[in-house]
Amino acid sequence: MSDLTEKRIIFKHIDEAGYSNDIACYQKHGGYENLKKAVMLNPPDIRDEVKKSGLRGRGGAGFSCGLKWSFVDRKSGKPIYLIVNADESEPGTFKDRYIIHQDPHQLIEGTMISCFANDVKQAYIYIRGEFPEGARILEQAIQEARDAGFVGKNICGTEYTCDIFVHRGAGAYICGEETGLIESLEGKRANPRIKPPYFPAVLGLYQCPTIVNNVETLCHVKHIMDMGADEYLKIGTPNNTGTRIFCVSGHVKKPGYYEFACGQVTMGQLLNDVCGGPLEGRQFKAVIPGGSSAKILRFGEKFTIKNKDGTTKEWAVEDIPLDFDSLAAAGTMGGSGGVIVMDDSVNMVDALANINAFYAHESCGQCTPCREGSLWMKKISTRMVHGEARPEDGELIKNVADQIAGRTICAFGEACSWPTQSFVAKFGDEFKSYADAKKHKPADALELV
Amino acid sequence: MIQPAKLDLITVIIDGKEVAVPKGTNAIEAARLAGTDVPHYCYHPKLSVAGNCRMCLIELGMPMADRATREPIMDPETGKQKIGWIPRPQIGCATNVAPGMQIKTQSPMIKECREGVMEFLLINHPLDCPICDQAGECKLQEQATSYGRGYSRFIEQKNVKPKRTQLGPRVVLDDERCILCSRCVRFSQEVAKDDVLGFVDRGSYSTLTCFPGKELKNNYSLNTVDICPVGALTSTDFRFKMRVWFLKQINSIDTESSVGANTVVWSREGEIYRITPRRNDEVNDTWMADSGRLLYKQVQVDDRLKEVTCHGAASDLKTALAAAAEWAKAGDVAVVGSGRSSVEEQFLTKKIADKLGATTSLVARLGQGDKLLISEDRNPNTRGALVTGLIDQLPATELTDLASAIEGGKVKTVISVGEDLAAAGLTAEQISKVNVVYLGTHANPTTAHAGVVVPTLTVFEKSGSFINQQFRIQKFAKVVPGPRGAIDDLTVLDQLLMALGGDSVGGDVTGIWTTLAAEVSALATMTFRTIPQTGLLLDSTPWANLSFPEGETLHFKPALAEITV
Repeated sequence: MSDLTEKRIIFKHIDEAGYSNDIACYQKHGGYENLKKAVMLNPPDIRDEVKKSGLRGRGGAGFSCGLKWSFVDRKSGKPIYLIVNADESEPGTFKDRYIIHQDPHQLIEGTMISCFANDVKQAYIYIRGEFPEGARILEQAIQEARDAGFVGKNICGTEYTCDIFVHRGAGAYICGEETGLIESLEGKRANPRIKPPYFPAVLGLYQCPTIVNNVETLCHVKHIMDMGADEYLKIGTPNNTGTRIFCVSGHVKKPGYYEFACGQVTMGQLLNDVCGGPLEGRQFKAVIPGGSSAKILRFGEKFTIKNKDGTTKEWAVEDIPLDFDSLAAAGTMGGSGGVIVMDDSVNMVDALANINAFYAHESCGQCTPCREGSLWMKKISTRMVHGEARPEDGELIKNVADQIAGRTICAFGEACSWPTQSFVAKFGDEFKSYADAKKHKPADALELV
Repeated sequence: MIQPAKLDLITVIIDGKEVAVPKGTNAIEAARLAGTDVPHYCYHPKLSVAGNCRMCLIELGMPMADRATREPIMDPETGKQKIGWIPRPQIGCATNVAPGMQIKTQSPMIKECREGVMEFLLINHPLDCPICDQAGECKLQEQATSYGRGYSRFIEQKNVKPKRTQLGPRVVLDDERCILCSRCVRFSQEVAKDDVLGFVDRGSYSTLTCFPGKELKNNYSLNTVDICPVGALTSTDFRFKMRVWFLKQINSIDTESSVGANTVVWSREGEIYRITPRRNDEVNDTWMADSGRLLYKQVQVDDRLKEVTCHGAASDLKTALAAAAEWAKAGDVAVVGSGRSSVEEQFLTKKIADKLGATTSLVARLGQGDKLLISEDRNPNTRGALVTGLIDQLPATELTDLASAIEGGKVKTVISVGEDLAAAGLTAEQISKVNVVYLGTHANPTTAHAGVVVPTLTVFEKSGSFINQQFRIQKFAKVVPGPRGAIDDLTVLDQLLMALGGDSVGGDVTGIWTTLAAEVSALATMTFRTIPQTGLLLDSTPWANLSFPEGETLHFKPALAEITV
């Protein structure tokens, strides 16, 4: 039995009695010591350290942070910008807001270290529009840090100068897509840019090289600075270093956020042992492991996983270790860490109708497949819920999703089609029999469009 | 004639076929050079790349090389370099070719992608082709025949959007037909520099609209109608007038200014329905001003001249020209040519003036340029008058010399080729002092005083050429027959020349060009037939010292005249 005690790094002080979000408290707990240490170093050395640590982005895609930083065009002569992506909108995800609300200085320190490491003179925190309190807290924290010499001019008494601005989004999921975010930050409609040529590392904010990192990712940078890459590498498993915060919601006894080393616990351990298992008299039916856009896992399905030595092993959903690569091997993703649990009281068509309504509402409308497809999927699933389901609808809706994924400007195409594809693939029987199971429109059904 | 610089060519393989294309070409254009059409909506060669329609998806492969050593990886079976195919389809519009790049435009995956995009575009489209003006020239219609499903899997309700929004005085928008390609938005921002269009709402409910309090009313607004791939933007003028497949297309030139935008004039049964721009990358790209599109309206108006008159009475051409010749032979003749006449007409006008030893002048029309496709010189053919020798100095807007000559009794007869002398600054008293021979299309104060009036043709009713501000000679062709009674200018001028005792140079364009090429050095060795549709650049050095009024326009930068103090 592996260790089921949480390994809290990022969330070390979250919900800690007596811990407040002001700078005095932060410094009492050793805050900004790592920034002081960092500004005495050579920026490329910090970058190397982050690369060595194997840190992967915590926003959803799990891309190597060190590699992302290495793509930055440092020869263009243009300023380099760093943007903190605090547009936490993925349904099922609620980690960044806790960092911002309860430990904003951790984010600011991580951001400043990353700025220093990348010769950034100006950073932006793009915070979700629906987080007005978070924005206020951040503004205050930045002011405190500025007064204390950790942000702004002559940081920690050195020549290094870098400021942070907080920018509130106007309320759209697509603003979390990095190029959409950049457009929005420039004051335009958040239509994601085409890549090529607009890779943020080369042509980002104001057509300058830009780094966009998730809140949690930047907090990890602080801890890499603190413990050094070698120590950090010891947390988690190879290629899945550090800790992950799991935001568990849905049908478990103890939903909430839990921080574990990557791969430390399996899905079964997280749900049954950590979260207290299913509600009384219920059974787990399905789980979405990484925010609503991740492909769903059906309890009872088996995964044949190839080992490195060529042999294979079989996993049930409960056996999947919660790290990037294992979840990817099981055909889904770690995503943003939003674990959504559904038990046998849930009808999958109803659940999908809910998810589809979200994505149809959030598609920016720029490119055809996502714009038209996401709404069509919503129209189909809503119609089904309204008692007009046909046996062929499952097939149709999956086919619509297939026409979206991989053909859009940004990853929203995948985000909106993966739920449908996986729901129908794994619960096709429910889609087929839905017409028989539910003939009447439930009182709380979404409106037909 | 100036040759374009040689372009760097690179070899790419499109559907297994090797083609050499210029560096920087995107996959759509490269495929076009290879003879393959990649369907697209949002891509426009003269606008920035948006990549939003997703219709131009292609499969892309690059020759594989070892990452560390950069050594090519060979395929032992074929002995050629291995190709690494990108598993996801890529958009052709944003893919610039690279040496050795492989592109598949016809693979099963691509066909499926296009079918998917077509289905998506059509589910919320009203499918009202029977009443849509775009029918017949609609990209959606066209590509539905190649990639459409033929039946709909969509049984839900279509989105409802505004059906007839008047975006500006000349453009109407049907939002339900709009496929949100953003061509019009990009055109307004990038070319017209009048940023008034944008999208509101999101997802499938996205709607094109003008910004609050703004109107799409700039003089280039109708270009948005041209580039709209569907029937969302229609021209208020052309809307519901005629099915496009009934219309005959004839190449012409915009006569608004010395820019000489290339146009297509659309007509049916002798009636013109619309004018649209014709692509010429050296002159007007694919654009033209709205004002030039309405010029056809002068063709069928009440004040068109339709009858030869002599001394106020109806006459025939022979009698009238004999009367004119009589006056002219008496001497003291002034010839007023026109910057609106074709090169051929100006050449004949010059011949007539030479025959009579008459003074020649031209009337300048000046206005403000818009830095795009309307220049300061509002005559389409001032350069033609210079090239044919009709004038050797730049004209003035008023005929002050002629006025004083009339006052001084030095001019007894004025032959005006289409110029209203009153508009050119002559008083009614001065006009009445001389015998006026007027060749023109419309009634004006001069025709009222003229002893001889010969009705001639508008630019839409004859063929010829103009020389624009770049000294580019461009052809226009006859679109519709002139009104009964009107006579081709060249016939009239040639007959007048003969009536004056000169030799006929042929009453039609091709005939005149034999003499023209022989006598005008700038046009030597040229024939009318061989002038390409996009025109031919002439050597402008003989006129380099003149300070032309034109400022910068789309593809024209005036050479800075050396100022001598």
